[in-house]
Amino acid sequence: MTDMVEIRWHGRGGQGVVTAGKLLAETALGTGQYFQAFPDYGPERMGAPIRSYTRLSSRPITIHSQVENPDVVLVLDSTLLGTVSVAEGLKEDGILLVNTGMQPQEVREITGFHTGKVFTVDASHIAIEEMGREITNTPMLGAFARATGLFDTDTLIEQVRHWFGSKVSPEIVEANIRALRRAAEEVVEG
Amino acid sequence: MSKFEALAGNEAVATAMRQINPDVVAAYPITPQTSTVQTFANYVADGLVDTEFVTVESEHSAMSACVGASAAGARVMTATSANGLALMWEIVYIAASTRCPIVMGLVNRALSGPINIHCDHSDVMGMRDSGWIILFSENGQEAYDNLIQAVRIAEHPDVLLPVAVCQDGFITSHGMERVEIYEDADVRAFVGEYRPQWSLLDLEHPKTYGPLDFYDYYYEHKRQQVEAMQHAHRVIQEVAEAFNRTFDRDYGLFEPYRLEDAEVAVVVANSTAGTAKVVVDRLREEGLKVGLLKPRVFRPFPAEELAEALAHLKAVAVMDRSISFGAMGNAGPLFLELAAALALRGVRMPMADYVYGLGGRDILPREIESVYRDMLRVAETGQVERMVTYLSVR
Repeated sequence: MTDMVEIRWHGRGGQGVVTAGKLLAETALGTGQYFQAFPDYGPERMGAPIRSYTRLSSRPITIHSQVENPDVVLVLDSTLLGTVSVAEGLKEDGILLVNTGMQPQEVREITGFHTGKVFTVDASHIAIEEMGREITNTPMLGAFARATGLFDTDTLIEQVRHWFGSKVSPEIVEANIRALRRAAEEVVEG
Repeated sequence: MSKFEALAGNEAVATAMRQINPDVVAAYPITPQTSTVQTFANYVADGLVDTEFVTVESEHSAMSACVGASAAGARVMTATSANGLALMWEIVYIAASTRCPIVMGLVNRALSGPINIHCDHSDVMGMRDSGWIILFSENGQEAYDNLIQAVRIAEHPDVLLPVAVCQDGFITSHGMERVEIYEDADVRAFVGEYRPQWSLLDLEHPKTYGPLDFYDYYYEHKRQQVEAMQHAHRVIQEVAEAFNRTFDRDYGLFEPYRLEDAEVAVVVANSTAGTAKVVVDRLREEGLKVGLLKPRVFRPFPAEELAEALAHLKAVAVMDRSISFGAMGNAGPLFLELAAALALRGVRMPMADYVYGLGGRDILPREIESVYRDMLRVAETGQVERMVTYLSVR
């Protein structure tokens, strides 16, 4: 990876959007890359639509403005599709990855994003099955790795162990890893 | 061995505070500084530092506790933002005039109103005549590095002045980046042990702090503050040289970026300087001779060095993230001071001010590019159409 990759995350307060961005930053750190992870701070309310950004590069990043034209957009909550223009500013050849049970074609119709690549994965379903709770950030990272090819899943899993290792029980860490792996396998492109 | 960590600017500052291990920290939480103090409070609770952490009911009390502890001979730190700094106001001046070497992490935020929690420089610009040394930081790394240097600058026997280390609220305070964290032992060795010369607790040599000081000696004490500021100009550079040697950095009074052969330059502080570097690189690819000067030391203002560094230009723009209301042209404070510095040294060139980013309004590369393009035109014609432009205001 030589040029900078800019990523925008959409989710709702409490869904782990900020944590997911940080996890990706930690992964970049672990693989010797430069990165930025920053949320779009407003009033912080559980359930309110929020955005967060990640920049990744092999070279030092000095730019400190918002991301206008992301290469990748991740949507953690499909109920945002109808209310937030998630494809706004997304590069024509960009990647849109949505947590939903819908097929990519349906997402294209709703979002009006007819170029680039669209990926979908039912991360909520996977999260509930594997973790018993609808926390979609780790499965979405697995789908992200597969969709973008920027990281391999094993590198991400290593980071999840490192990140969650001291904070939660080994069972929860393993459940997160199972969810991440499944999402990487089940993500579909269209 | 140093190590790289993924840290937000506030966490980087809190890490420096942990490594410095001050005797006393007195602070009150305020957005966007809060995570500095919150992170540091965890270090205190976890026993990672020996600091006496004074939880107070307001910033006025925070700065008061800092002054008291500093007069008693403690190494003292605090952190705040915007309205928190405003509430400290009375004691901010007293800290400087009492010659308390307090170090403050200042996370720049708009001063209300209307209520706004996002970045601009109206908070720090208000304290520019208070007697504090003021350093700017482009990113978390610089905030971390500046905080470590600030301790040695503040406590230098020729200085004994408080230092504020600024970084941009949310943009870098909450933006996670790669930060090189040095060994604890190396940081502690660099800042050294604080041996106060004028401790109130030194009962063998009784002192008085903060007495009435009327027309008999007040004026002389103010004159001494001037002398301390003059010394600070030298000491800041000495400390930077020592820091650069120890940690392999390149700090000075300011950072020139592709400035040497430039014909047109922008002067801008903190995080926007980083964005401007991207613009400079892009315009250089077009063959345009543009450069950047990023101020690091704002107080004491290095007028002579700035004039010298900019003297060869055909035009210069200053970008100000605050307004000095009612000042000449309603311009920003950085522009006004730099214009005076150049004029008094006989450096004549067209200059313009661009106010930007108030209340956290984003500043995009193409907007900075428009400033460069304006100035390239000015360099050709020698004429400034507008002295002050409020960039991207609706």
